[in-house]
Amino acid sequence: MDGKTVTAAKNGCEGCNQEAFDEIGNIIDLYKDKEGSLIQVLHRAQGIYGYLPLELQSYIADGLGLSLSEVSGVVTFYPFFKTKPQGKHTISICMGTACYVRGGKKLVETIRDLLGIEVGETTEDGMFTFVVERCIGACGLAPAVMVDDTVYRQVDEEMLKAIIEKYRKGEVSA
Amino acid sequence: MAEITINGLKATVPDDATILEAAKTVGIHIPTLCNMADVSSFGSCRICVVEVEGAKTLQVSCLTKVRDGMVVKTNTGKVRKARRVLYELLLSDHDQECLTCSRSGSCELQALGETLGVSETRFKGEHDSPPEDVSVAITRDMGKCILCRRCVAACNEIQNTGVLNAQNRGFDTVIAPAMEGKLGDASCVFCGQCTVVCPTGALRETDATKKVWEMLDSGKRTVVQVAPAIRVAIGEEFGMEPGSQVTGKLAAALKALGFDDVFDTNFAADLTIIEEGTEFLGRVKAALTGGEATLPMVTSCSPGWIKFIEHHYPDRLKHISTCKSPHMMMGALVKSFYAEKIGVKPEDMRVVSVMPCTAKKFEINRHEMMNNGVPNVDAVLTTRELGRMIREAGIDFCALPDAEFENPLGMSTGAADIFGVTGGVMEAALRTVFELVTGKELPFDKLHVTPIVGFEQVKEAAITIEDTLPAYAFLKGVTVKVAVTSGTAGATMLMDQLEKGESPYHFIEVMGCPGGCIMGGGQPRSKDPDVKQKRLKGLYTEDEGKVLRKSHENPYITKLYEEYLGEPNGHKAHELLHTHYTPRGMENRLADKEMVRKEVSPA
Amino acid sequence: MAEQIKTFKQLEDIKKAYLAAQEKYDYIVYVCGGAGCVAAKCDVIRKTLIDETQKAGIGDTVSVVQTGCMGTCAVGPVMLVTPGNIFYTELTADKVKKIVTGHLAGGKVVEEYTYYDAALDKHVPKMDDIDFFKKQVKIALRNCGAMAYNDIAAYIARDGYQAACKALTELSPQKVVDEVMASGLRGRGGAGFPTGIKWQAAHDSKGDRKYMVCNADEGDPGAFMDRAILDGDPHSVVEGMLLGGYAIGADTGYIYIRAEYPVAVERIGDAIDQARAHGLLGKDIFGSGFDYDLEIRIGAGVYVCGEETALMASIEGNRGEPRQKPPLPFQKGLFGCPTNINNVETLANIPAIVKNGGKWYAQYGTEKSKGTKVFALAGDVVMTGIVEVPIGTPMREIIFNICGGVPDGKKFKAVQSGGPSGGVITDLDLDVPTDYQSLQQLGAIVGSGILIVMNEDTCMVDSARYFMEFIREESCGKCNACRLGTKRMLEILERIVDGEGEEGDVELLEELCEVVAETSLCGLGQTAPNAVMSTIRYFRDEYDEHIRDGICRAGVCFTQRDKKAYPQRLRGRVL
Ligand SMILES: Cc1cc2nc3c(=O)[nH]c(=O)nc-3n(C[C@H](O)[C@H](O)[C@H](O)COP(=O)(O)O)c2cc1C
Ligand code: SF4
Ligand code: SF4
Ligand code: SF4
Ligand code: SF4
Ligand code: SF4
Ligand code: SF4
Ligand code: SF4
Ligand code: SF4
Ligand code: FES
Ligand code: FES
Ligand code: FES
Ligand code: FES
Repeated sequence: MDGKTVTAAKNGCEGCNQEAFDEIGNIIDLYKDKEGSLIQVLHRAQGIYGYLPLELQSYIADGLGLSLSEVSGVVTFYPFFKTKPQGKHTISICMGTACYVRGGKKLVETIRDLLGIEVGETTEDGMFTFVVERCIGACGLAPAVMVDDTVYRQVDEEMLKAIIEKYRKGEVSA
Repeated sequence: MAEITINGLKATVPDDATILEAAKTVGIHIPTLCNMADVSSFGSCRICVVEVEGAKTLQVSCLTKVRDGMVVKTNTGKVRKARRVLYELLLSDHDQECLTCSRSGSCELQALGETLGVSETRFKGEHDSPPEDVSVAITRDMGKCILCRRCVAACNEIQNTGVLNAQNRGFDTVIAPAMEGKLGDASCVFCGQCTVVCPTGALRETDATKKVWEMLDSGKRTVVQVAPAIRVAIGEEFGMEPGSQVTGKLAAALKALGFDDVFDTNFAADLTIIEEGTEFLGRVKAALTGGEATLPMVTSCSPGWIKFIEHHYPDRLKHISTCKSPHMMMGALVKSFYAEKIGVKPEDMRVVSVMPCTAKKFEINRHEMMNNGVPNVDAVLTTRELGRMIREAGIDFCALPDAEFENPLGMSTGAADIFGVTGGVMEAALRTVFELVTGKELPFDKLHVTPIVGFEQVKEAAITIEDTLPAYAFLKGVTVKVAVTSGTAGATMLMDQLEKGESPYHFIEVMGCPGGCIMGGGQPRSKDPDVKQKRLKGLYTEDEGKVLRKSHENPYITKLYEEYLGEPNGHKAHELLHTHYTPRGMENRLADKEMVRKEVSPA
Repeated sequence: MAEQIKTFKQLEDIKKAYLAAQEKYDYIVYVCGGAGCVAAKCDVIRKTLIDETQKAGIGDTVSVVQTGCMGTCAVGPVMLVTPGNIFYTELTADKVKKIVTGHLAGGKVVEEYTYYDAALDKHVPKMDDIDFFKKQVKIALRNCGAMAYNDIAAYIARDGYQAACKALTELSPQKVVDEVMASGLRGRGGAGFPTGIKWQAAHDSKGDRKYMVCNADEGDPGAFMDRAILDGDPHSVVEGMLLGGYAIGADTGYIYIRAEYPVAVERIGDAIDQARAHGLLGKDIFGSGFDYDLEIRIGAGVYVCGEETALMASIEGNRGEPRQKPPLPFQKGLFGCPTNINNVETLANIPAIVKNGGKWYAQYGTEKSKGTKVFALAGDVVMTGIVEVPIGTPMREIIFNICGGVPDGKKFKAVQSGGPSGGVITDLDLDVPTDYQSLQQLGAIVGSGILIVMNEDTCMVDSARYFMEFIREESCGKCNACRLGTKRMLEILERIVDGEGEEGDVELLEELCEVVAETSLCGLGQTAPNAVMSTIRYFRDEYDEHIRDGICRAGVCFTQRDKKAYPQRLRGRVL
């Protein structure tokens, strides 16, 4: 995900960015007359904006001629779409079957203890968002952990601590 | 046609019939919950499952189509067990508060439990019961929602308002405005169509009965008025046929409840015709004589429609007639003309409107609906709520002797009666305008403008004016084109046409609810498939039964202008009877807040 | 603009040129670039290889090819050196350096880095001698790990697009359907419905437009065979989609891929671009007058979108909620038009079937279940990875003979076949042929082909709880039976593993299982109880021990009484 920095809002709202909205507006124009493009537009809008706040959903709804509640109905149906800003790094613990039977559950607890956040939450410093995945397709290497786009295999608690430390110290960038 | 066997009985039905429909033809009742004919077949409750020979699993009868030779069993042990467990599952995620729930007695979930013989659930576990979302008009209580999605169909497919949709997924699914916002913050037009279809207490009108009881008990002068559409529907609350004309009993019941004055909104409907007709002629005259005027003019007596246009076509508000809706006119008159007459201060009076409408609960709270800081109307009761109050007061409605509305604000013509049905306002207006302009009666059988009678989504008529009285010579030879629609989905069509610059009309009637006020969001929930037609017939019969059938013939209206208002559209009339509107965004989470004023204390 | 391929001869020429170019090298090194190996840093391996061969002055005589998954993800990163088919595993940069000097420059196989067979306790350098590979029959995976996945010429060199050429220039759409029908191929996406019958229905149905859809949503946790194909042989999916589109008369095909597979999205996108550039998609393909193109649609993290009606709703931009069937997709599918939906693996088989004939394919497999099936093995098994075997190969053969059995001297307990909607198979039934009917009788399914091997340390009650948690979370919530049924079943299972189970809980579970299976709207709910029913069937005593005696044989349960161990709504609403 493109963690584009967003500047202050046009009319004072937090996290609003005129430029990003304009860019998304162009995308909407591209898709406007194509049937069933809402999800495509949402993917691209999230790529630009990082997440999909209500204002942005409303902007998209207006552009595509849909009702806002229909758009948010789609947004909240799919976990891939985020409605709050995400951390700089996203830590995904795999809880797919292979990873679960090989200790994925312990890793979830480790993250909880380490970062003090629940699944789906972001640390206060905006550094990490913690999510759980259902199989990232690296089952042969269970348990798997993914930080942003990098997959770590056969992770145990110690390794996980070390990985987080690395990101925290900025030794790995987004 | 397909022949199928149900519980050993043969049924021959069309190929596209469902098992449920087929069963009905041979007198077999299959319990349903989420299904509602003509509204929604979503297939979510699974209660209507039956055994179909050869099928891997049980099949839902409301969606499964018949096949020639199909063998169906609706009442096996397996089926009964499935229904019972499904019902228990529903209960396990439900606020079971039947004792205090306003739907008790009319609740489809409750009734189903009785049919299935289940009242308790063996499943205990998480149940989300979010706080109620109480808007001025509609209350959303999601702890009682069974996710049948009838309301979603009503709000999206029927009304095209798109306020309610499923949000989230799985166990967390909830029917709500975007991102679980509140109705009052969203673009809800408060038409209440969702409350009519909801099988449970999850969506209902926001209660005003408590407030009205307090008013009645307070000793303050409390005036009541009833809308045209009530008189052919309230009977249903007491087991009568839809369309039963119970005007006399209605007036009697209101007196029995203790209201000090029992007036008829119909009077104000006649007044609306004079004001709106005058406004229309003014606009047409300006347009035809080179002045500036916005045409088509669109009616303004449906607050659901008004809120819809404010959200979706704010730039088109200039098309809307500036006339307040009839009951607001009535409220304004009660608190001015009538208050003066009886020597009571307006702020010491209370006006209650009995309406088929939930949107009117919102309307009375609009800042545009006050005069000198005093609201025109203080409370709106829906037909259903009035039914509840009458029952609560122990009044035997069916046994009441007829009574009459009181004057000076109780007399009305037949034109006012038909305000309650789609096409009625337009017909009433034409009856008056045509006669004012030509000096002749509107040339239609029984005065009914047949092209605009009935339930088609968009209806139109064209009337060519051949001869005029001298004052209206500018209209000579003009063909006046009118259109009528009911339901905001139809309104969308006419407005889109207008946006494209293709609207051929001079005058448009829009009612917020499909069918008009007879099918308003506050009307009794009916299982009768012909309810619309029957209520329509009731109103037309009421109209035809009257001696005076044109608004301008109402003697009390004439008197009112002479004694108090002066000229139609004159200064006083403008001050009391006309208003303006508020452009709102697509979503009024911010904008709407300042629009809703604080609740006035009832007493 | 790239050369427009219109004839068989052009395909042959490309093939010849490609093979000739390869012959110039002394060695071709196939480095696995599958998802597993990517995670194991295969990029470092490839880079080291290139650098070191340059340094050794043999850069021009060694070709380094990046391939798809070879199936042995457990021992990745892996590479194969030809000629000789020497198979190196668990590579590191240091090992690669030694292999370059020793093998590629020195001509001597570095045996200590080659494949180690634990059962035989020795290194087996040649791929052809390794049990894991010896016993497989690769049709769907024919190109995975055997060629450069990102080069259309490499695909053509392995006879790619010949089937399409043959079909479009020589066969009528009906003939193509006939071949598929004759092959006996059944859908590999889970339900196992005969592909030929589906194609025939779509071929026969009338509509202004028709659509072909590839279901690449692969949501079963523990499944990664579709991913291996998408990553390692995207062109075979493109060709399968082209053949399907031609057979049913579609003009557009959609490939619906889950967002969790960004690599697959990129590779299939490249393959489409290459095919389009060569005129294999677009207008007048192979000069036949047939117009057809492909589009990619990306999912957004919802498992139930793998269900075909939900998938179509998602492509249409809506909430991915399934709907009642019938109408079936061939009657009323995408945007209301006749639509045919197939799984990735199903489609990857199609070019081979059309090229070699349905009869050829039907020689593999059993009487009623023809051909081969790809299985993904995970859990407590030595060789976690993917294998392709003739249908009917007994489970014991797959788990013990091909994949090396249970590691660390532990005892085998059960194998969960078919993922969350499948069931367990115990030691007693391991010799039953693995085909659709036989597994169904055992209360399990072939499903998409996931095999999760569980050793004695696995608690069967907890595993049922795990699968139910998955299903509960992935229930779309549309229908009452599944939305609430799975929730309540999970709650009962949770209280059992928390030591708070009550007498009668198992019976209550059984009752719920029956009703949920009977009354749910879609396959997710209908199969939701399978894991529970199957564990109750084979391990009822473990349930009783938990409830009555407070004992968990595997020592898994009762340890985390604070509910925190089971985070609610893992993915429900990730804010
Ligand atoms: C809950 C559920 C999830 C499914 N997920 C997938 C999936 O991820 N991939 C897939 O190919 N089929 C999946 N299916 C099966 C599809 O509905 C469909 O049967 C299949 O794509 C048809 O292709 P086939 O005939 O080639 O197998 C799923 C079915 C259900 C009920
Ligand atoms: S909604 Fe129906 S079942 Fe629920 S509490 Fe109200 S009356 Fe009872
Ligand atoms: S009838 Fe109802 S109210 Fe009366 S005693 Fe029985 S339970 Fe109580
Ligand atoms: S009142 Fe009307 S607009 Fe509001 S939610 Fe209900 S149906 Fe929709
Ligand atoms: S609010 Fe009422 S109508 Fe809407 S889904 Fe819930 S129960 Fe059904
Ligand atoms: S608009 Fe409806 S509620 Fe209002 S006065 Fe007319 S009929 Fe009555
Ligand atoms: S049509 Fe009648 S009931 Fe419906 S919103 Fe308008 S005034 Fe109210
Ligand atoms: S050897 Fe493994 S890690 Fe390296 S490129 Fe190949 S697949 Fe990737
Ligand atoms: S069975 Fe489950 S997933 Fe399928 S429609 Fe019903 S709730 Fe959705
Ligand atoms: S204007 Fe406020 S978030 Fe954009
Ligand atoms: S189960 Fe974890 S990567 Fe597949
Ligand atoms: S009535 Fe048929 S599923 Fe609800
Ligand atoms: S990903 Fe390399 S062997 Fe499977």
